[in-house]
Amino acid sequence: MLLPIATMVTEIPISWYLGLGLVMFCLGGVGVVVRRNPVVVFMCIELMLNAVNLTFLTFAAYGIYPGLNKATAYQSAMNGQMMVIFVMAVAAAEVAVGLGIIMAIFRLRNDVDVDDMSSLKN
Amino acid sequence: MNYTIPTVDWSLVLPFALVALTGIVALIIETAHPKRDNGLIIGVSLTGLAATFVLLLTQLVLPPARTFGNMVLRDQFSVLLQLICVAATAVCFMFSDGYLREKKIAFGEFYPLTLWALSGAMVMVSTDNLLMLFVGLEILSIALYCLAGMSRSEARSEESALKYFLLGAFASAFLLYGIAFLFGASGSMSLPDIQKAVTGLTRDTLPMPVFGVMLVLVGLGFKASLVPFHQWTPDVYQGAPTNVTAFMAAVSKVAAFGALARVLVAAAPLHQYWFEALYWIAIATMCIGNLVALVQKDVKRALGYSSIAHAGYLLVALLAYTRDPDKVSLGTTVFYLIGYAAMTVGAFAVVSLAAKGDRDGSRYQDLHGLYRRAPFATVMLVLFLSSLIGIPPTVGFFGKQLIFLDALRTGLVPLAIVLAVNSAVSAYYYLQIMVAAFVSEEGAARPVSRKPGAGMTIGVCVCAAGVIFASLLGGYVQETTRTAALQAKPVPGRVQNQMEVINR
Amino acid sequence: MSASEIGFLALALLAVIGAAGVVLIDNPVRSALCLVLNFFVLGFIYFTLGAPMIGITQIMVYAGAIMVLFLFVIMMLKRQGAMAKPDKPDSRLGLAVVLGLALAVTVYATVIAPQGVTLPLGIKDYGTPQAVGVSLFTNFVWPFEVVSVLLLVGIVGSIMLAKRRI
Repeated sequence: MLLPIATMVTEIPISWYLGLGLVMFCLGGVGVVVRRNPVVVFMCIELMLNAVNLTFLTFAAYGIYPGLNKATAYQSAMNGQMMVIFVMAVAAAEVAVGLGIIMAIFRLRNDVDVDDMSSLKN
Repeated sequence: MNYTIPTVDWSLVLPFALVALTGIVALIIETAHPKRDNGLIIGVSLTGLAATFVLLLTQLVLPPARTFGNMVLRDQFSVLLQLICVAATAVCFMFSDGYLREKKIAFGEFYPLTLWALSGAMVMVSTDNLLMLFVGLEILSIALYCLAGMSRSEARSEESALKYFLLGAFASAFLLYGIAFLFGASGSMSLPDIQKAVTGLTRDTLPMPVFGVMLVLVGLGFKASLVPFHQWTPDVYQGAPTNVTAFMAAVSKVAAFGALARVLVAAAPLHQYWFEALYWIAIATMCIGNLVALVQKDVKRALGYSSIAHAGYLLVALLAYTRDPDKVSLGTTVFYLIGYAAMTVGAFAVVSLAAKGDRDGSRYQDLHGLYRRAPFATVMLVLFLSSLIGIPPTVGFFGKQLIFLDALRTGLVPLAIVLAVNSAVSAYYYLQIMVAAFVSEEGAARPVSRKPGAGMTIGVCVCAAGVIFASLLGGYVQETTRTAALQAKPVPGRVQNQMEVINR
Repeated sequence: MSASEIGFLALALLAVIGAAGVVLIDNPVRSALCLVLNFFVLGFIYFTLGAPMIGITQIMVYAGAIMVLFLFVIMMLKRQGAMAKPDKPDSRLGLAVVLGLALAVTVYATVIAPQGVTLPLGIKDYGTPQAVGVSLFTNFVWPFEVVSVLLLVGIVGSIMLAKRRI
C-alpha cells in the first residue's frame, strides 16, 4: 500500500516541500506567540521542530548544494537524515522534562497560564 | 553493504566520558543511600572533576586533532574552554551543600544533573560539527531546565523553569531551522565544509546560507543572552536556586560563546551580511544590560542584567577577532571568559549566603549585616564586584583592557567607546550591592543566618585566586589560542568578487 | 497536473489543516488531535522523500508516543480543573498572523523560490532501516553515544521534578 506513495518521489519540485516546511514553521511560531496555555505553546514548538525535520529531509533528498557529485551525494543525504533522528531523540527528552515542569508548576498553583506568571518581578 | 568503522582516538573524548561517568556514579550513590548526607556524592564528584581538570591540562600542549568521523575536535581553544567549565562547576559544588541544606532542597540528583549539563557544555565547545553542537546544547539546556525548577515549593523557581524551558525550546527551533538551511546550502553539518561551500556562491544560492546563519545566530544569541533575545535572563537568574544560577551564568555563557566563535569563523565569507547586525546588537546588549541593572532592587536580578552586559563585552571581542584575525587573537575572548567565570561564580557564591529558610533573600536589604556574619566572604564579594566593574589589579580590568585595545586595533572605535562608558556606568549598581553588604541590620526582621562552611570558604578562595592571578595567564592564553586559531582561520576575500556580480 | 503532484498537494493540505488546527482551536484536546493528524501525514510525506525508516519512526515516536504523553498530561490537568479557562487566541492573533505571513512570503520569495524546479536526486536506498543502522553505528556513533547522556538527563530530571515527596 505504501509503494505507490514511494514511487511518486521523482516529479515534485523542491520548492513545494520547502514551502510546506516554511508554512508549518510560521504557523508554529504564530501559535507560540498567541496561545497562553503552556501545553499548547509547547505543542506549537513541536510543530516547528517537525517543520525543521521536513526541511532537513527535503535537502537530503534533493541535494542542491554546489559541488554535488556522486561521491558526496549519499553521504550528505545520510547527514540530513541522521540529523532528523537526533532531533527526534532530543524532542522526546524535551517532552518528558517539559511536561514534568508543567505538572510541577500545576501542583503549586492549580492553574497554568503563561501570562499570569508575575512573581518574578522586583 | 560495505562500511568501514572509523578509527577512534579515545583520549579526545576521555574528559567528556569521565564527567558523564562521574555523574552516573554519583547517581548510583544517591540511589543506594537516598536521603543521606550528600558528602560522599560531593566527594566523588569533586574527585572526578579534579581528574578531568588534570587530564585536560595534559592535553593543553597536544596538537589539534579530530576523531569519530570529525565529530570531535580538540584544539587549545576547546581545551581552555573546557577547563573553565570544569573549574566553575567544581566551585559551584563546593558551596552548594550549605545553600541547598538551608533551603531544604538538598536533592542528591542535583550533582549528577549538573555534571551531565557540564558534559553537554564540553561536547558543545569541543566540536565543529553542527549536529554535535546541537546535541551538546540540548544536554546543557534540558539539564538546566530541570535544575532551574529544583526548588519545588517556590513558585518563583518553577515559573523561571517554565519560562526558560518554553523560550529555550523556541530558540532551539530557530537554531535548528538555521542549521537546516546551512545544511541545504553546503550538504554537510561540518563547519569547515560549510565555510568552503559558502565561499563560492551565486545569486541563487546566496540567500540560503545567509538566512541560515541569521537563524543560527538567533538561537545562539538566546543562549548567550544577547539583547533582543535576553528577556529570559533576569527572570531565570532570579528565580533559579542561587547555586544553579552561578553554574548557568558561567558554564552556559562559556559554551555559548565557544559555539558562537566557531560559527562566526565559519561564516566569515558572509561577513558583510551579519557584521553590521551584530555590531548594533553588541551596542544594544552593553547599554540595555547596564542601564536596566541600575534600577534593580534584587541582587540576583541585577547580576542577571550584568551578565547581559558582559555578553555584550564578549561580543565586542569576538567581532574584533572576526574583523581582522591577523591582528587580534581569539585569546581575548578566552581570557575574558576565564575572568568572567571566576568573578561571577564567586559573587553568586557569596550572595547565596543571604538565603534563609525557604526564602532566597536576594533583595538588597537582605544583604544587610552580611559583613558581621561573614566578614571574609563579604571582603571577597567586594573583590569580585570590583573585578566586575573593572578596577585595576583584577582580572576584570585586564580583560576589558584587552577587549578595548582589540576594538581600537581593528577600527571598531565606537564599540570601544561604548564599552568604556558602560564600564563607568556599571560601577553604580555594583557599588550599591557592596554598600548593602556593609550596612548593619537595624531592626533586623531576619535572624542571623548560617555561617559560611568550609566548602564555601574554599570555593570563594579559588574564585578570588582566579580573579587576582588569572591576569598572569593573559599572555599565555593569547599565545596558545593564536596558534590554535590558525587552524580554523577564517578565509576572507573571494566572495567579494562574487558579490559584485550579484549587485550588477 | 500529474498524479504525484495531486497526491503531494492532498498530503500537504492535510498537514497544513492539522497545523492550523493546533494554533486556532481553543480546546487543548482538539489541538492535540490536530497535531496527531499533522504528524501522521508528515510520516507519509517522509515516505515520498524516499526515507521510509524516518517515516515509520515519525508515526511511532511522534504521532504515537509523544502525542500520547501530551494527551495524558492535558487530560490530567483538565480533570483537576487547570484548563477551565478558555484559551482563545486573543488580540495579538491579527498582528501575529500578519507578521507570520509577511515572514513566510519574504523567506519564500528570497530563499526558496530561487531554487526553482530542482528535482530529487533519487539516491537509492538511503532511507532504509539497514542504511540508517549502518550509518548510526559507523559515522554517527559518537552523537549516538552522547544522546544516551541526554536521555539520562531526561529521565533523572523529570523524576526530580515530579516525585511526590519533596
